[in-house]
Amino acid sequence: MEFENTIGLETHVQLKTNTKMFCSCLLKTGCEPNTNVCPVCLGYPGALPVMNKEAVKLTVMSGLMLGCKINQHATFDRKNYFYPDMAKDYQISENGNPLCIGGGVEITKADGTKKFIRINHIHLEEDAAKINHYATTSGVDFNRGGTPLMEIVGEPDLADADEAIAYLTALKEILVYAGVSECNLEEGNMRSDVNISIRPVGETKLGTKVEIKNMNSFSGIHAALEYEARRQRECVAHSIPIVQETRRWDPDAMETAPMRSKENAHDYRYFPEPDLVPVALSEAQIEEWRALLPEKPEARRARMIEDYGIAEYDAGVLSQNKANADYFEAAAKGLDKKTAKLLCNLYMSDVMALLNASGKAIGECAMTPDALRALITLSAKGTINGPTLKELLPEIFEKGGDPEAIVKERGLGAVSDTAALEAFVDQAIAANPGPVADFKAGKKAAAGFFVGQVMKLSKGKADPKIVGPLVAKKLAAL
Amino acid sequence: MSELYKLGIKAAAEGLSRKDFSSVELTQAVIDRVHDKDGEIGAYLTFDEEGALAAAREADAARAAGVVASPLCGVPIAIKDLINVKGQPCTCASKILEGYVSPYDATVIKNLKAAGAVCAGRVNMDEFAMGSSTENSGFHPTHNPYDLSRVPGGSSGGSAAAVGGDLCIAALGTDTGGSIRQPASFCNCVGLKPSYGRVSRFGVTAFASSLDQVGPMTKSVEDAALLLKVLAGHDEMDGTTPHDPVPDYAALLAGASLKGVKLGLPKEYFIDGLDPEVKAITEKAIQACTAAGAEIVEVSLPHTEYAMAVYYIVAPAEASANLARFDGVRYGHRSAKSDSVFNLYARSRAEGFGPEVKRRIIMGTYVLSSGYYDAYYGRAQKVRTLIRRDFEEVFTQVDALLTPVAPTPAFKLGAVQDPLTMYLNDLFTIPSALAGNCSMSVPSGFTAAGLPVGVQFIGDAFKEEKLLRIARAYEQIRG
Repeated sequence: MEFENTIGLETHVQLKTNTKMFCSCLLKTGCEPNTNVCPVCLGYPGALPVMNKEAVKLTVMSGLMLGCKINQHATFDRKNYFYPDMAKDYQISENGNPLCIGGGVEITKADGTKKFIRINHIHLEEDAAKINHYATTSGVDFNRGGTPLMEIVGEPDLADADEAIAYLTALKEILVYAGVSECNLEEGNMRSDVNISIRPVGETKLGTKVEIKNMNSFSGIHAALEYEARRQRECVAHSIPIVQETRRWDPDAMETAPMRSKENAHDYRYFPEPDLVPVALSEAQIEEWRALLPEKPEARRARMIEDYGIAEYDAGVLSQNKANADYFEAAAKGLDKKTAKLLCNLYMSDVMALLNASGKAIGECAMTPDALRALITLSAKGTINGPTLKELLPEIFEKGGDPEAIVKERGLGAVSDTAALEAFVDQAIAANPGPVADFKAGKKAAAGFFVGQVMKLSKGKADPKIVGPLVAKKLAAL
Repeated sequence: MSELYKLGIKAAAEGLSRKDFSSVELTQAVIDRVHDKDGEIGAYLTFDEEGALAAAREADAARAAGVVASPLCGVPIAIKDLINVKGQPCTCASKILEGYVSPYDATVIKNLKAAGAVCAGRVNMDEFAMGSSTENSGFHPTHNPYDLSRVPGGSSGGSAAAVGGDLCIAALGTDTGGSIRQPASFCNCVGLKPSYGRVSRFGVTAFASSLDQVGPMTKSVEDAALLLKVLAGHDEMDGTTPHDPVPDYAALLAGASLKGVKLGLPKEYFIDGLDPEVKAITEKAIQACTAAGAEIVEVSLPHTEYAMAVYYIVAPAEASANLARFDGVRYGHRSAKSDSVFNLYARSRAEGFGPEVKRRIIMGTYVLSSGYYDAYYGRAQKVRTLIRRDFEEVFTQVDALLTPVAPTPAFKLGAVQDPLTMYLNDLFTIPSALAGNCSMSVPSGFTAAGLPVGVQFIGDAFKEEKLLRIARAYEQIRG
């Protein structure tokens, strides 16, 4: 019998706010444990939560980016459980009446076809503290406790591990784009739990669902899903019942294992949080936030092809990363399509190579978009030649500066004056009888030698596009 | 001058401004009185005398410099032991918080300090405000100053005994289901439970978050007005406090009269089983009001009979979550016998909490459990809405309601052993707490045995100025 998977993801995303969800403690990493804490995030007697409006805004913006319906009267609930990582021994979350409902993202499958993955809802909650285990004791660091966390609960629309990764990649792209989160997996600000079940192809009833936790990378999620899909099929093949349970991904053993039943048996005793009034969002407020949204990557890709006449592949790569796309568009401002295309080629090859080599993001290099535009304009107009362009780019990338001023100051302008170039060609021919003889003997490649000589004589400033034909003409006339 | 402790806020403020005495003298008088009398009453848990005198010296300096922030400047106020004052203990009369020192000031304390008031000692209460007699204190019971064999009421029994026994000038109490009003009635003081949200709860250890309110416990209605003015108002730190302006309550008391005031008598509050002397005193109060020109109307609050049940679902449910944080991990009592995280929780809590607190945590946990939520908590919230509507409806007809505060006067220590009988003490104070209205207990008379009995006035939400005017007018004509 053939089986198909049903996969759904619950993705926690840490929001990019300056302060915590319910107090004004700063969110900073790398501090001494328990230094960014106060009575509120430590759960001291009498402390009350105060809503972080920025977190609400970022969640609503995420919802708008993902096509969700925004709830104008969202409410918070207490989720009760005892654990040292939760100062109050309850977590403030949204259980039944979250900020964003519905929506979804489109993914591109391996075969190039598109698929829409629905989102059930997005809710806002506070993160737990971090527990550090030592040889004989454990410590709780509340610096992270109370970080605003948005949980995106996806519908079980995913068929395999590849689709799950495509979904997460698309989510990440959109959220980073909207500026709501860094979505940095290494720092744990994007974490996913997955639910997976299998059923015979053609069956409409869902199979028994298994939840998997503890994956901290896309590759971990991929591997866990592949493993679990295989394990469940083997269970069925050997007539072992699949139990509804939570399993833990063990990245060393590369397998999932059941979590202790105690960890499974939670009754969270949710009830409405009496310390917080409902979040009242007016239409005007939602519209104000909608106006702050950036263009979605997909739409931007299409527009960039249209506006700059660049290739679909290039537009795709550029639009995937908001910083690159923003930089490119700033640099391309006012350029004609032909020059914009040259700019795109330069960006895709040389600038990307410089970014890779330096490990920098485009925002961290010294070169401004205006400088890059000036550089490509000098090149397009023939003011500088190709080699000069390639020489100047890394320098400006690293140190900045105005290309026009540099070219002027160092006299790097290309020599395109035919009379001057002809003199160089004549000089080269006169000085090299050997290669002249070679050429005459039929070795046409020798022409390249003379182009090189002319470039040398002009100190690299000759325009090779003019020198080439000129050399050919002179040699032919010999 | 030796009896300065007998003064209320207004008289103390007048004496201070006339320079009849200093804040240090006033504060010292209270301290001496506590030394003298509190051995038998047991109103206080702790008293930072040095801190209080230092604050008094500051207040004296401020007054000398002509900087008088409010009439409370230099007036010592006793603080119920669940309100956080930076650097002071805040045990909530519970062993689980023995040794805990608060790292911050509650908003009401900030307000008091800004007004120049002197935070005097910390007064006893039922553990975590759960109880009606202060016998549930984890440390010692408090005795009624009018009869030491009797309870002062609760949970703000320490506040009431301190005010009624002249062991302070005024006190802060908290009310969840009657915890300001019932002890005020038992100890002959004025006790005002403000409308829900009128006073910030930030820094007030939570019992039931949707019900808790801090309020003044004083020697006169005017004092309550003066103190409420300092306590009330929007607080950034408490999202349940609206921006409604805070009027000058005391100034608005001028010319208070009952002439033409419509007072409602909810028929559900005049029941069989009411102590005959309480009944007689309440009837006498009604007659006095009528004689003063008030119009008495019988009204109905039809959902009253469900209030007790609703309260004992909602309050324990919220308490079960609010008290979860006392787990021995970050502060407070930690069991020496814990060998695992689970045991650390279980043993610390078993050793730290008293029986009534445990009972309510268990009840609250039960009513929120999966499968029971809809039948208990969900339904209770719906009925609570009906109770609130009862009050909204009745306040379209009358200016205030007049009712007994509690079914009996103060009872003997140890006399009420059954929790359910104890819960009945709050029969008349719970409904308006569930509705979020303001209400207050005003001294009304004494039983033949000399026990004080108060009468309750219930006002419309956020209409404290109106309630206070009615109470003030009654206070003047009660005879």
